[in-house]
Amino acid sequence: MSDRSTELCGVALRGPVLNGSGTFDVIAARRAFGDALVERFPFDAFVSKTITLAPRQGNPPPRLWETPAGLINSIGLPNKGLDGFLESDLPEIAQSLKESDPSRPRGIPLVVSVMGFGRDELANLVAAVGERAEVAMLELNVSCPNVETGLVIGADPVETALALERVRPETTKPLIVKLTPNAVDPAAVAAAAQDAGADAVSLVNTLKGMALHPRTKQPWLGGRAGGVSGPAVRAIALEQVAAVAGRVEIPVIGMGGIASGRHAADFLAVGASAIAVGTESFRDPTAGRRIAAELADLSLTGEPRQPASSTV
Amino acid sequence: MNEPRTLAPPERRVATVSGVERLGAYDLITALDRFGPSDPRPGQFYMLAAAREWGGGGDERPYLPRAFSYARARVESDGLALSFLLEAVGPGTERLSALAPEEDLALVGPLGVGFRPPADGTRPVLVGGGIGAAPLLCWQEELAANRGSPAVRLGFRSAAHAQAAALFGPSAQVVTDDGSVGRQALVTELLATELDDDPRATIYACGPPQMLEAVRAFCAEREVPAQLAMESGMACGFGACFGCVVPTSNGYVRLCVDGPVINAAVLETALVAGTGH
Repeated sequence: MSDRSTELCGVALRGPVLNGSGTFDVIAARRAFGDALVERFPFDAFVSKTITLAPRQGNPPPRLWETPAGLINSIGLPNKGLDGFLESDLPEIAQSLKESDPSRPRGIPLVVSVMGFGRDELANLVAAVGERAEVAMLELNVSCPNVETGLVIGADPVETALALERVRPETTKPLIVKLTPNAVDPAAVAAAAQDAGADAVSLVNTLKGMALHPRTKQPWLGGRAGGVSGPAVRAIALEQVAAVAGRVEIPVIGMGGIASGRHAADFLAVGASAIAVGTESFRDPTAGRRIAAELADLSLTGEPRQPASSTV
Repeated sequence: MNEPRTLAPPERRVATVSGVERLGAYDLITALDRFGPSDPRPGQFYMLAAAREWGGGGDERPYLPRAFSYARARVESDGLALSFLLEAVGPGTERLSALAPEEDLALVGPLGVGFRPPADGTRPVLVGGGIGAAPLLCWQEELAANRGSPAVRLGFRSAAHAQAAALFGPSAQVVTDDGSVGRQALVTELLATELDDDPRATIYACGPPQMLEAVRAFCAEREVPAQLAMESGMACGFGACFGCVVPTSNGYVRLCVDGPVINAAVLETALVAGTGH
């Protein structure tokens, strides 16, 4: 057995494979899979769905559209809101994570993703979530407009820096900034986040996309447009992760269409410290575990890695 | 509690196709599942994908697995023989319909929650439209084994589709849209006649959205309990993607973990958009 263990922002992890926020629901998965889920938990740290201050129903259906080698989703961040999350979801998630790795007091580390529609709102979320002992790290989902300025926070280095400066004093726990690929220069946003106190960045979030109803030519998705994920975005994600990793000193969590150990190795090779699996978990709930094993096998052989794909 | 939900192993696994039967417009694909539970509950579903050549079809799809309620399950010495009723209507179902014996079928399941027993003092009436007949087949078998043969009322588009009715035996009443088999009628007309005769019934329905909505509205008006096995585009099948929601009196619920069998009384409408398979 090779030692897969690593650390991220000072938090010890049994390995480098996380899930992308919003792509795995521990509570629902436990209902479907029972104790087998915690006996063979797919990830080395778990990232929650994004929590907002007020409860959200999410977007009207339809919410999904399959693309060539990928998926457009327009889910709209349904969640119980901060109070509902802290009261019912957080203890339930924490319990399952604790059972998933009995060798650690709190089990698999929990990262809670939060989104605020203004800096003060984001600060309130960070403070309230950050003080909970079950939470190891926080991820800031900044792919939303700041209602005060109308700008998407994560699309703009200045907005991102101002948001980070506002929330940084609210918690001592590591803050990860989830970068959007829909920015002109994600590396500039990453650098701004780092300078304003972020402990890590993660990317990519989904790329904006759209599909039309085959007959009516109206937008198919209830939310009109959505986010593209899956293998369709992997090459774009790899380039952005490489660009960001070349620009910042803080750890980078790479994701975007990773479906195998070789894909994961590519993201690590361009400078990611850890990787996340998202859409592939939809096809195989334990894809994270499989990818981690494939990655471990690749590092064991010690041979120069073959590219995951090429034109030859 | 005590809901009809058999837990699935979380790992995607491989079953071996053991039978491919053409039933008019449909294909009945049977695969031997050696590593899953032997007791799925009628109404539960599996996420299916061909283990090889899943992708590169029409529009460079499919990519995601496809959700199918199982139609029949038989315990065999070396596993569970699971049968699924398919109609090739998109890149996913085209590939699944082209599966040949000995090919590998990747699957996750059983998932979701199945049919609940009939309300006290009522008899079960099964109402199927088109490929929606599939989950009613195993439910018919289970009900027949425990409490006597239930009434089965099926509607199909054409004679080619109506060939699937043979799976249900001679007691099933069948109508078609074009009158090529049985009367030219909607299956909801058979349901109305059935409830006129005796309103003490629990309705189990599966079929296209318009049919389910007709059943829902009709049962609401007559105050007859109904359980609808519903369909929606799904990416994951285990509550991760939040893509398969339907509006209910409790807000949006996910068909994959809170359904696919839904108590009709909580629905505002059964008209939900599916996606091409």
